[in-house]
Amino acid sequence: MDFPMLSVLILVPVLAALVVMVLPADRTELHLPVALVLSLLPVGLAGILFARFESAAGFQFVEQAALIERWGISWHLGIDGIALPLILLTTILIPISIAASTSIAKSPQLFLAMVLLLEAGLIGVFSALDLIVFFVFFEAILIPMYFIIGIWGSENRIYAAIKFFLYTAFGSALMLAGIIALSVLQQQKTGFASFDYSDLLTLELTPGTQAWLFAVFGIAFAIKVPMFPVHTWLPDAHVQAPTAGSVLLAGVMLKLGTYGFLRFNLPLFPDAAVKYAPVVATLAVIGIVYGAAVAIVQTDLKKLVAYSSVSHLGFIMLGIVAFTQSGLDGGVIQMVNHGITTGALFLLVGMLYERRHTKLIADFGGLQKTMPVFAGVFLFSTFASIGLPGLNGFVGEFLVLVGSYATRPAFAIIATAGVVLAAIYLLWAYERVFTGEPDKPENVNVADLNLRETLIFVPLIILILTLGLYPKVLLDRIEPSTAAIIDRIEATTDFVEPTFVIGEPGE
Amino acid sequence: MDFLADYLWLIIALPLAGAVALHFGGKFLPEPLPGLVAVGAIGTAFLIAAAAFVPLATGEAEAHILMLWDWMPGIGAAFEIRWDQLSALMTLIVTGVGTLIHIYSIGYMHGDPRFSRFFTYLNLFAASMLTLVLANNYAMMFVGWELVGLCSYLLISFWFTRPSAAAAGKKAFVVNRIGDFAFIVGLMLVFTQFGSLSMSETVLSHPGEVLSPGTATAIAILFLIGAAGKSAQIPLYVWLPDAMEGPTPVSALIHAATMVTAGVYLIARNAAIFELSPVALPIVATVGAATALVAALIAVGQNDIKKVLAYSTVSQLGYMFLAVGSAGYVAGVFHLMTHAFFKALLFLGAGSVIHGMHEEQDMRKMGGLRTAMPITHATMLVATLAIAGIFPFAGFFSKDEILASVFANGGYYLVLWGVGLFTAFLTAYYMTRQYIMVFWGKPRWVEGLKPHESSLWMTVPLMVLAVLSAGAGFLNTPQLLTLEHYLEPVFEALHPAHLESELPRILGMDGLAFGLAIVSLGVAVIGIATAGFVYARSSERFRQWFANATRRPMNASENAFWVDKFYGKTIVLPGKKLAQGLASFDSFFVDGAVNGVAGVVQRIGMSLKPLQSGFVRSYGATFVAGVIGLVIFFLTRGGL
Repeated sequence: MDFPMLSVLILVPVLAALVVMVLPADRTELHLPVALVLSLLPVGLAGILFARFESAAGFQFVEQAALIERWGISWHLGIDGIALPLILLTTILIPISIAASTSIAKSPQLFLAMVLLLEAGLIGVFSALDLIVFFVFFEAILIPMYFIIGIWGSENRIYAAIKFFLYTAFGSALMLAGIIALSVLQQQKTGFASFDYSDLLTLELTPGTQAWLFAVFGIAFAIKVPMFPVHTWLPDAHVQAPTAGSVLLAGVMLKLGTYGFLRFNLPLFPDAAVKYAPVVATLAVIGIVYGAAVAIVQTDLKKLVAYSSVSHLGFIMLGIVAFTQSGLDGGVIQMVNHGITTGALFLLVGMLYERRHTKLIADFGGLQKTMPVFAGVFLFSTFASIGLPGLNGFVGEFLVLVGSYATRPAFAIIATAGVVLAAIYLLWAYERVFTGEPDKPENVNVADLNLRETLIFVPLIILILTLGLYPKVLLDRIEPSTAAIIDRIEATTDFVEPTFVIGEPGE
Repeated sequence: MDFLADYLWLIIALPLAGAVALHFGGKFLPEPLPGLVAVGAIGTAFLIAAAAFVPLATGEAEAHILMLWDWMPGIGAAFEIRWDQLSALMTLIVTGVGTLIHIYSIGYMHGDPRFSRFFTYLNLFAASMLTLVLANNYAMMFVGWELVGLCSYLLISFWFTRPSAAAAGKKAFVVNRIGDFAFIVGLMLVFTQFGSLSMSETVLSHPGEVLSPGTATAIAILFLIGAAGKSAQIPLYVWLPDAMEGPTPVSALIHAATMVTAGVYLIARNAAIFELSPVALPIVATVGAATALVAALIAVGQNDIKKVLAYSTVSQLGYMFLAVGSAGYVAGVFHLMTHAFFKALLFLGAGSVIHGMHEEQDMRKMGGLRTAMPITHATMLVATLAIAGIFPFAGFFSKDEILASVFANGGYYLVLWGVGLFTAFLTAYYMTRQYIMVFWGKPRWVEGLKPHESSLWMTVPLMVLAVLSAGAGFLNTPQLLTLEHYLEPVFEALHPAHLESELPRILGMDGLAFGLAIVSLGVAVIGIATAGFVYARSSERFRQWFANATRRPMNASENAFWVDKFYGKTIVLPGKKLAQGLASFDSFFVDGAVNGVAGVVQRIGMSLKPLQSGFVRSYGATFVAGVIGLVIFFLTRGGL
């Protein structure tokens, strides 16, 4: 067996968390730098994964060891072109979140440990190929995030944390039932129990069973995404969460939902996926337009960014259920792009909050004059989020739109309206926060970005430009895996992906 | 040539590099160095373009495609440059006029605290506009299309501490995005029809074999809406007058000479698709004619020197739409070019006036400036005659050719020709009105004001543009048709019938063309004479009577027919209310339902209080019990 890269990648943050916890409590100046340096180790490891990854279908860096043989549970890890970008994203956002957490005063050690444990859970969830292992990581992530919001959040943190927890726990209960049901079915079919993803893929489920299981998994993931109408935990969680919490919540955790759809709902229940795709697409499009419309009138800057996430995640879902190559590719790359861009916006809002102790748009005004560099970075991230071509957001959005137009033109056209709305809510917010004269006295002397803060944005800006202009660096790795999903759907249902040959009329 | 062809990317890369360098290093450079860096970048791009243009013009070289890199291979999106007669001409206009405006800006922006930032944006704009015109791929074109919108946003709100400037920038971007919405849908349609977004595999490669007339109409209309956003046509023109909040060189470069012509370029580039549709071209022509007329009517009543020019630009862009909508592509591109010269000159002249008048823009407080600002006056006079369509200035030829193209279509187009002719009268009228109000009569200056002529940085570009405005018309006289022949390779494949039969008939000297030219010239002269009489030569009593008689229409014109107010009431306000309604719905209904469920559960929980220990263990037990129950439920009901 090869070197267990993925297990090591999960273990390193756990060990890092332990190291941070055993640091002397009174040496506060050590806590954050140590955590930051340790959190760079996974970045390096993920870099090795990226470099060694072969652009081909199938799982790589696979490792498998039986855990509970009788029940068919095994430590089965492996990544494909869908998991790889998300693991990269996770490892990159963790040190950034840590670097942005200097204002955490209450037990910083515990906080940093929680962030690192969260990282372990996230990497675990994206590399698990056993459904029980997946589920355990899926649930384990809730715990650190629950504490991050509940302990280090703002005034209403307890309400938000409990709401977040109950909402997702409800989905989890459904999903666990679905997982167990799958394995029971597996046992009935083959005579041996298994929770292994590759075993479960070979099950030929009846359409009726598929429908039930699709719904069960679907609800759990839809809550995570979150899709309309189960999205209301998100604005509350974001508004109350500390900056690092928001960055990781929006940046990575929401993708558990979209990732789950791609990893489980489509390949395991293709028949139901085809049948219920219009329902999912409808909710996705509602989310795009509704999230954007609600974002326009938000008075709290953080809530505005939160609702913009509802809109952007709608694009991802629309792409996923398009069942076309560009739709799925766009969905996956949009997961990464949204993580980077929205991460940047949450960091900026957090830094603004640290300076002014308010997130209300009406409390600001004229800040471009007092903090020009900050305003520049904000505007850059804003345009990335709006989907300005040349920056990352456009690539995912455009692929999703073109990809979904091929199978669902009406949905794609309505979704395109989100492009207009995004410009409205973000530029209007920018106008109110940054332009004009700083007429409120407390806005006259606001410090601009310091060196540490500027350095936080450098990798994000580089990523925004790189993925905007040369997305092939990811697309080449994503494509074989998404193609495999479409192949599977085509092989098991009567769905046929429309193909476009140059010079011949389309449909 | 072969050597240059591989380095065409420098035309985009140079101004981009200038922008990047100025962004990071500009603040360390004293005035006017940032300006010179920017001028150097775009000036060199112009020289490269000119060198690469020569073999195209002489016919030694043919259209050339330079592949840069794959962008989104799955949908055929790539960065690839197309160097053909049309894109070369556009490149020369953008870099040529652009260089002059860059030089002018060194004088105009003198003393501004964000001097170097201004040139960062100007260079970024140039790179974006060149990306747009040089693209051989719709996706790359869309990059340029959006980036020029970004630069427009940044430069309109350049003086961001003015709330009106910030609002105008946002309005421009958002209104453009409405057009982009249609453009994006059009691109989706192009891809699903052709399986590619490369122009050489789509519009420029026998689209008639792929597109049905219905689909061609759909794509054409969607592109038209996109073009109407960028080129400020009805109903999306409302952002352009507000865009005058930007510094005047910006108005000249972006909102007169280059960016706003992108819509015309888009339609000319996609003419092959528009011609497959039985209705697309007449619709384009109608939108153009209507915009030309309405904007000219509004220009008549404006008192802000820049607002007159803004509405005039909208009107002239309408003229260009009218031209391409009449299949007069060369006429449209010709007017695009002459307009770039004389309208840039008018804006820069207006900027010189504003500068000399210490930021005064109200023409009612000007007058008699011809002696104080002789160079500005002389060059503005040339531009005024050019836009009015007086022989032999540039506007005469291009405008005449447009009207001839419209006329040649006959039938319904004769109505549009009439509209165009009346607009020509209005144009001559309002431009003369402006010229007189600014330069003639008694000074109406604010007390103590001493107007002065601008520095050489500003006046030299004015003089160069004046020469171009006076002489560029000879590039395409009816006898020689130099431009027509030059552009032939681009348009001949698209519309052979037009070139072979109609154009020579109309533009040849068979009497009719000459007659049409005399008519349009006559209309221009009447317009100038009318305005001259009303504003300069008439008695005080007549002027009083005229003002009274025209009070109501002039009031409507001055208020731009209250279109902004109308949009505010019918779209913006209801839209905002709807968004507010949705937000309340979200917090009271969607979230309320969740909290309601939670409340009910809590109440049940309270009544069962004796049963609960309050420990996590029992919650866990309930969770497990629930899951087991669900599993049993699924397996029994799941239709195993």
